[in-house]
Amino acid sequence: METDTQTAKDPQAGDFERSGDLLLQAQGITKRFGEILANNNVSIDLRAGEIHALLGENGAGKSTLVKILYGALEPNDGALLWRGKPVAITSPAEARKLGIGMVFQHFSLFEALTVAENIALALPGKLSIRELSERIRKVSTDYGLELDPGAIVADLPVGIRQRVEIVRCLLQEPDLIIMDEPTSVLTPQETDQLFITLQRLTKEGCAILYISHRLEEVKQICHHATIMRHGEVVSECDPSKETPATLASMMVGAEIKDVRKPSAGAPGDERLVIERLSAPADGPFGVALRDVDLTIHAGEVVAIAGIAANGQGELFDLISGERLSALPESVRIDGQPVGRKGVNERRRAGAAFVPEERLGHGAVPGLKLSENIVLTRHGVNDGLVRAGFVNRSRAAELEKKIKKNYDVRMSHDDPEARSLSGGNLQKFVVGRELDRNPGVIVINQPTWGVDAGAAATIRQELIDLARAGSAVLVISQDLDEIFEVADRIAVISRGELSDAEPAESMTRERIGLLMGGITDAHTAQGGGAATHAA
Amino acid sequence: MELAVAVIVTIVTAATPLLIAAIGELVVERSGVLNLGVEGMMVIGAVAAFAIAHNTGSPYLGIVGGMAAGAFLALLFGLLTLTLATNQVATGLALTLLGLGLSGAIGEPYVGLPGTKLQPIEIPLLADIPFFGPILFKQDIIVYASFALVAGVAWFLFRTRAGLTLRSVGDSQTSAHTLGISVIRIRYLAVLFGGACAGLAGAQLSLAYTPQWVENMTAGRGWIALALVVFASWRPLRVIAGAYLFGAVTIGQLHAQALGFGIPSQLLSSLPYLATIAVLVIISRDRRLTLVNTPASLGKPFVPDR
Repeated sequence: METDTQTAKDPQAGDFERSGDLLLQAQGITKRFGEILANNNVSIDLRAGEIHALLGENGAGKSTLVKILYGALEPNDGALLWRGKPVAITSPAEARKLGIGMVFQHFSLFEALTVAENIALALPGKLSIRELSERIRKVSTDYGLELDPGAIVADLPVGIRQRVEIVRCLLQEPDLIIMDEPTSVLTPQETDQLFITLQRLTKEGCAILYISHRLEEVKQICHHATIMRHGEVVSECDPSKETPATLASMMVGAEIKDVRKPSAGAPGDERLVIERLSAPADGPFGVALRDVDLTIHAGEVVAIAGIAANGQGELFDLISGERLSALPESVRIDGQPVGRKGVNERRRAGAAFVPEERLGHGAVPGLKLSENIVLTRHGVNDGLVRAGFVNRSRAAELEKKIKKNYDVRMSHDDPEARSLSGGNLQKFVVGRELDRNPGVIVINQPTWGVDAGAAATIRQELIDLARAGSAVLVISQDLDEIFEVADRIAVISRGELSDAEPAESMTRERIGLLMGGITDAHTAQGGGAATHAA
Repeated sequence: MELAVAVIVTIVTAATPLLIAAIGELVVERSGVLNLGVEGMMVIGAVAAFAIAHNTGSPYLGIVGGMAAGAFLALLFGLLTLTLATNQVATGLALTLLGLGLSGAIGEPYVGLPGTKLQPIEIPLLADIPFFGPILFKQDIIVYASFALVAGVAWFLFRTRAGLTLRSVGDSQTSAHTLGISVIRIRYLAVLFGGACAGLAGAQLSLAYTPQWVENMTAGRGWIALALVVFASWRPLRVIAGAYLFGAVTIGQLHAQALGFGIPSQLLSSLPYLATIAVLVIISRDRRLTLVNTPASLGKPFVPDR
């Protein structure tokens, strides 16, 4: 498998039946960032009418390649051909002129502007918001992606923002659409709608370059896949003939261990109890929490699913003590009311917390890893503070231990937090808390941006911790992850939390409905009948 | 009636430099750049305008000179903060100190010399309208320019593609960059415009308000202009309200001091500042509106990766 990319590619190219005209070809693209080779001699062909998957772990060089194709980065070496003719794509505007559109992973929207203004910025020509609004209405209804052109983006939920990105891209009438993880913020229903749109686009002769970590999806909709590892193309395949497991092992270059989940047994004591927890919205773009109830017993993993910005952050802040709740009894750790207590007191009660944003919230960017350990763990001591002074050698010892146990890769010993890549820092931040063996752990997006191998390790650790008698609460947007770790699943939507139900009885469809704020169909009907009767 | 007209005319004169400097800074901040050097650019504009008007005898050449001087200082600010990505706050403060010092040195020979006052231009017919005529249509060119500036900036920001692009850069520099908008170029243009406006405001002080050169003659007006922009939630029409309110209270308290109400004069002198802050705090209570209008990239240096 590990042969030179050029020779590996050409003989294989004949193995796949690929019709469609060649649209964009990248040949021998190389991009260096200082010492690091982000793309090494990468070649890829994109054809009309084809959904082409680009797969790889974090740091494999996918984003770099895509940015080069869209003109946002300049390659050090290599050539680009558009419909067989060499081109230089020097800026995103240039790419759009050729007919390349892009839907970004991290939204490239302007929050303070309206939907129509956002779209206008990407379209050339005279500005007439009124005419454009008409076109937006027409195209968006046409593709089943309804939008209100006059809405301000900051007021829109993420799923709708993704629509804005897609409609903006469609209005440019591109021949090639690059999509970077478009489904990570969508409900299963919204994802299905997107797939219908994509299929329609390919029928119209559009080419799509599709980046996703969700291998099920790739298998379902993509016609062809290019797999990258360490900045190089390692193989190509027809994903419909593969399984998610074989795709994953091609990405990682090794078999990935399955996460084992032994059965939970009888529920133990109540370790984390959240009772009638309400909180007003924190600022104009915040979400208010309404009467959240959740109990987590010793020995179980409970997961909260939900689309981003439905109150997960607020709930996390209230459980961790970054925000205080109105009543002390609203949050109880091992029976102790902590609702009015701060983060350190809750840590002393045996809890540990891992926030979603690792850099700036989970770790101070400019401090060394050992110093970051002191920051979250001095409250519970662990021998980190002696007579009011920081015990640096103890901190360094812990840093080495976490680095080893959680495979945190770094260029030199004890670096600043900001110098770690996202996935590595996540491993460190999670490892720092797991290393304490907390009785209760609350973790928001445990494997965000972590590659498949490390994600499996973290998930396994969470399950093992629970089985050893701790209570584990996972907040995640990744349904695969949730089904992998959770014993019970609850869904948060607009600040309201559904009842936690056993994972076996939950389906993706049901979670999708709950995410959209649609409560259980039969209970709703039953409730309606009851009110009619009354 | 005559007295009321005379008082209002002085209010307009007092409010104009604030209005011009603030509207310039508003454009700068809407593009995401925080230039705290308004005071420095204003005072350089004032001394340059006075010196050129004195030497050539033409206040109009003075105006042009003042604007050029303000823009020159702004260019320096742009080179440091945009090209070299230095800290905007520190650079802006340094710019103010540089402007104050440099203007003192340049203005040394001009202290106490008689100035060339900018003459009002009567607009035929309109100037004869009772009451409003003398207030609105019998002013000098800088006052007319201030009206045009506010209207022009409001139209530019909210009705043109270039204005939309400028606002987008201020809202998210990374999104703008990924869309292929030249963040740095737009910011340079905005910063230069802001500098020219501050220079014009300074020229008004040394050519129209008090036609002479005195060291530090801006007396903190640049800072007031900066505060006006924030309290007006970065919206042009609110800047007018703030600037005129400030002008009105400034003139009002002078008359109150003359009449002698037995209130300490220091307290009266601080009234314009207090009143401006109070009123603008009240009108910017709507937090949602403020949040939507606040340029989210304000003050963040931008280094494109390529």
